[in-house]
Amino acid sequence: MIAQHAQILVVILPLLCAPLVLLLGKSRIAVWFTVGVLSVNALLTWWLLLQVLTIGTLRYSLGNWPAPWGIEYRLDPLGALLQVMIASIAAVMAPFLRKLLAEEIGSSRQYAALVAFILLTAGLLGIVATGDAFNVFVFLEISSLSTYALIAIADKRDALLASFRYLIVGTIGATFFLIGIGLVYILTGTLNMDDLAVRLPEVSHTNTTQIALIFVTIGIAIKAAIWPLHAWLIPCYSYAPRGIVAFLAALSTKVALYALARFLFGVFPLADMPIGSVLLEILQLLAIAAMLIGSAAAIAHSNVRAVLAYSSVAQIGYITLGLALATSAGVTAAIIHMFNHAFIKGSLFMCIAILATGSGKHALESLKGLGHRMPIVGIALLIGGFSLVGVPLTSGFISKWFLITALVQAEKWIWIVAVLLSSVMSIIYVWKIVEAVFDKSDDKQVRSYDLSVDIPIVLLAAVSLYIGINSSALVSTAEQASKWLLGMP
Amino acid sequence: MDPQLYNYWLVILLMMTGLYALIARGNLIRKIIGLNIFQVSVFILYISAGFIREGAAPILSPNVDVYSNPLPHVLILTAIVVSVATTALGLALVIRIKAAFGSIDDDTLSYSSGDSATELSIKTQKSSQ
Repeated sequence: MIAQHAQILVVILPLLCAPLVLLLGKSRIAVWFTVGVLSVNALLTWWLLLQVLTIGTLRYSLGNWPAPWGIEYRLDPLGALLQVMIASIAAVMAPFLRKLLAEEIGSSRQYAALVAFILLTAGLLGIVATGDAFNVFVFLEISSLSTYALIAIADKRDALLASFRYLIVGTIGATFFLIGIGLVYILTGTLNMDDLAVRLPEVSHTNTTQIALIFVTIGIAIKAAIWPLHAWLIPCYSYAPRGIVAFLAALSTKVALYALARFLFGVFPLADMPIGSVLLEILQLLAIAAMLIGSAAAIAHSNVRAVLAYSSVAQIGYITLGLALATSAGVTAAIIHMFNHAFIKGSLFMCIAILATGSGKHALESLKGLGHRMPIVGIALLIGGFSLVGVPLTSGFISKWFLITALVQAEKWIWIVAVLLSSVMSIIYVWKIVEAVFDKSDDKQVRSYDLSVDIPIVLLAAVSLYIGINSSALVSTAEQASKWLLGMP
Repeated sequence: MDPQLYNYWLVILLMMTGLYALIARGNLIRKIIGLNIFQVSVFILYISAGFIREGAAPILSPNVDVYSNPLPHVLILTAIVVSVATTALGLALVIRIKAAFGSIDDDTLSYSSGDSATELSIKTQKSSQ
């Protein structure tokens, strides 16, 4: 029974969990209940991934209505991989958030943040789970609305402004996406993504299809913070509650990039469309600009959160570049980096959140020497930083290796120079952080450990290391996912 | 011109009005109003698409052959719910912004940063907008 409905349970469980946590309110059970539900959910996604890898794409018709008429949930290798990523990170971060939220926004409002966090998880899982274009919009908005609330819940007035401005920009993005979906629906009469892929080639030359593609791409690009639509991201990552940022930085932009990949390759017949290749060229240029400008801005800043936020802009550039190559190798590289960067940035923001716990300040100055006082966090930060640069034996190296291989295959020599340049710049800004955190001048050598936050951080950092050493499982899944996405069985 | 297309001209008019209000107005409440007008234009786009010439209301009846398409209406019902939630959240934020900053004019609101680093980040962000 559960096996049959596992696909929808992954989304329904957190959706049901949210109101229950609200009812449990301030009691201590609420947090552990959340951790329990999210852990079960994570196990379900792992099981689904194994299923998908052995028997292929899973389909689930809601209410037993057959596909083009009813809403269909469809899980392919890419979706299953991303669900594992989302559900695992959410389960690992829940106990971490408990401590940080209690500290930062007070235990009286902690449960409200927890509810929004669960809804955000449900929204992100839903975007990946569904095979219906309109459902993507609804889940996108569920996750965005929870994100606005989570940012604004910080006890800082800057967070309110960041949240409001993100709300305006984010809603414009979602509405653009809605317009695009509406246009393809008017053309084809269907909202099922597979069905759209069958029907759109007939109308691939009409102006309406071109405009729909542009609306969908811009709408998602805002959510994914693809340069130059990244402006909302910097204040949001700088002022949101520290624990929440770790989760947002890890997942929300990745899921938007997944949606972009899904619509570019799984819905629109890009190869037949007059603007298809132009759009990919533009995305490549934007990706290059994101890498160079993002990394340069990261070097220029001295606030750790701003540094990491700009670094995210640059890393989103790598993923976009891989996708925009539209070759099997490029998309594989993009998927691998999507996965790796989620764990890298998640663990980095978690480390920074813990290091800044005492002072609440994020200037590099105020972090001086803290790596000696909290050695576990310090080492995890080191691993995350090395991964970001792409040092061998970390997951970042695997990402860059595959991206550069894909660029060589596509003969984009100038792009390779840009990727390497951006990597060199990332050494500079990572070094700034590492240098401050391991500054020797601090003589307070009292070491402190806190298992409830150290274990989640160690787990995420361990994933980065493990993939750096043994990436075969991830690479083969990503290759399968990209083959499926590009329709090359 | 085909009178059936008037709806779509209205959609374009409303869309531009909404976007203009969003960009040009500094008052946060007006921004939310602009956002609503923008969203409503998309609702009309969907609902207009459900119209079928000489189609009756989609209720099964022996005398009717052509029905309007009810699906866009149902979709838009969902989108309206999303829009209401967004508006509510936006207005709630405006109330808290007013309490925290004492103003709801976007031009006078800016991030109050403790260290120069965040200030810099906002300048860069403004120049990139």
